[in-house]
Amino acid sequence: MDYFLTEDQKMIKELSRQIADEKIMPARAELDEKEEFPWEIIKVLASSDLMGLCYPEEYGGLGGGTFENCLAVEEISRACIGVSVCFAGTGLGAYPILLFGSEDQKKRYLPDIASGRKLAAFGLTEANAGSDASGIQTSAVLDGDEYVINGTKQWITGGGEAEIYTVIVMTDKSRGSRGASALIVEKGTPGFTFGIKEKKMGIRASATTELVFSNCRVPRDNLIGKAGIGFIVSMRVLDRTRPGIGAQAIGLSQGALDTAVSYARERKQFGKPIISFQAVQHMLADMAIQTEAARALVYSACRFIDSGAKNISKVSAMSKVFSSDVAMKVTVDAVQVLGGYGYMRDYPVEKMMRDAKILQIYEGTNQIQRNVIGQELIKEYAGKKDNR
Amino acid sequence: MNVIVCVKQVPETTGVKINKDTNTLIREGTKGIINPFDMYAVEEGLRIKEKLGGEVIALSMGPPQADEALREVVSYGVDGAVLLSDRAFAGADTLATSRTLAKGVEKVGEFGLIICGKQAIDGDTAQVGPGIAERLDIPYVAFVRKIREISNHTLVVERMMDDGYDVLEVTLPALITVVKEINEPRMPSLRGKMKAKSVDIPVWGISELGISEEEVGLKGSATQVIKIFTPQRHGNREMLEGSVERQVDQLVSRLDGMKII
Repeated sequence: MDYFLTEDQKMIKELSRQIADEKIMPARAELDEKEEFPWEIIKVLASSDLMGLCYPEEYGGLGGGTFENCLAVEEISRACIGVSVCFAGTGLGAYPILLFGSEDQKKRYLPDIASGRKLAAFGLTEANAGSDASGIQTSAVLDGDEYVINGTKQWITGGGEAEIYTVIVMTDKSRGSRGASALIVEKGTPGFTFGIKEKKMGIRASATTELVFSNCRVPRDNLIGKAGIGFIVSMRVLDRTRPGIGAQAIGLSQGALDTAVSYARERKQFGKPIISFQAVQHMLADMAIQTEAARALVYSACRFIDSGAKNISKVSAMSKVFSSDVAMKVTVDAVQVLGGYGYMRDYPVEKMMRDAKILQIYEGTNQIQRNVIGQELIKEYAGKKDNR
Repeated sequence: MNVIVCVKQVPETTGVKINKDTNTLIREGTKGIINPFDMYAVEEGLRIKEKLGGEVIALSMGPPQADEALREVVSYGVDGAVLLSDRAFAGADTLATSRTLAKGVEKVGEFGLIICGKQAIDGDTAQVGPGIAERLDIPYVAFVRKIREISNHTLVVERMMDDGYDVLEVTLPALITVVKEINEPRMPSLRGKMKAKSVDIPVWGISELGISEEEVGLKGSATQVIKIFTPQRHGNREMLEGSVERQVDQLVSRLDGMKII
């Protein structure tokens, strides 16, 4: 399929693919097995300028948008989404600063993030606040010119490895979700520590930890935007980053399809390659149809967002939910095509299947995404004449 | 310190086909790649630049399409590139090639070090690097596996040998040819790839180099290829045994019997 990418976009895809093929594919099994953060690969991505794709040139980036970033995420994900979540996670941490930060905050943090010298991470989820972000209990109380933070964030991607954290905290509990604010906290700030590294089913190359705040003091200047907009910051940021999960999903699906097709061409049963059997062909065909449909939706969502459109929540959620459901199905089917070999760790598809599950869960479960889409439908149709 | 890196575009070996009548490579339609050994030369040049400053300039002699190879090395971070290309250069052997490249180096200007891959995977001669140094009358070290020290005036290197390595110190300017053990080439960068698309790569022919047609290409070559063939394998061999003296005696009498000595 030709998606009429620009020359620069083709270049991004080509470079990301080269790094995925030469640096990530040979390392992915070991990174998964050892649950090791892929610093070597992050350094390669940084020196290749890919960490700076979506930041303006004035902050050391390449001036691209959501689409450019997603093209890189897709190609990296073809090899390993454990690595691509490390790549994309830093973007998630940086977006609150990019979208809502002051000029001073942008100048202070974005060049280091865009060059890949430092990674960023986003801290929203807590033990009792996941899908329901209004249940946040981590608090930040203003004391003179400093906020004093107390509480624990859970399952934070990049925890311990990133240097710059954007954290959603309650600055006014009495106002519920309107009392939430976004603060920047740097690694090494007294009172800020990390809990244990979680043991996960998949995406094991990435680090997931608790962020523990105990009378952690940060300057008032670290407040992103103004007090009380933390919930809006989160929603706006996630609206822009969800197609990134879609991009992970289509890359992963493509990787699984590639493996399944090449295996089916080689594997012989009853004297013939199994790809000659209609039962196998139909499975592969369905995998290809779904992957391509997901890609078309993710690309369209990215282009819509980059056009400057305001009402992006629905299409952003659609691109995430559809392609992550596709990735789950495609990877399960890839294991089926490979049969017994597919279940063994000698082949990459069992890892792909384990990895795929998280895509339906993080950055808002697929059930929450459907809520978002449903709410948007209600709003849209409320204003329309009945045209049955 | 400026570094000049010589690169050659070669056919990708996996796609190469041989013309059965002439035993020569069929180059039409095969994809050109950068000679893999030259990538180590490029990487080493970039590392020296990162350490000592200056520029890395890539130089290649080849047909017009070798422009692609030079653009590719620019994407890895090379500052500039020059293509030596002229119909008169066709059919050059290693003598004529090193003469032409040496002229190119002189025209590029001041440099501290020239780096070449140890050999090209198509010709496999390993002669062009040393040939350039001879023409320029500068010291050279072939098969360098490590640069131990480098300053603007001297260079200490390890030269790979069959049974170990030599440590050599040379004064600059000099030329080295490098083996794959020397480094791990980096990935290209996006900014490099963007630059590669638009960078101006000058093409220098005989008039720009101030060299006569007699010195280059087939006319300037000391070797002429008469025929290329696959040698027949002769399976006959014999191991001589016993003490060294006995083995030597046996060998001498065999060679004598075969009228070789």
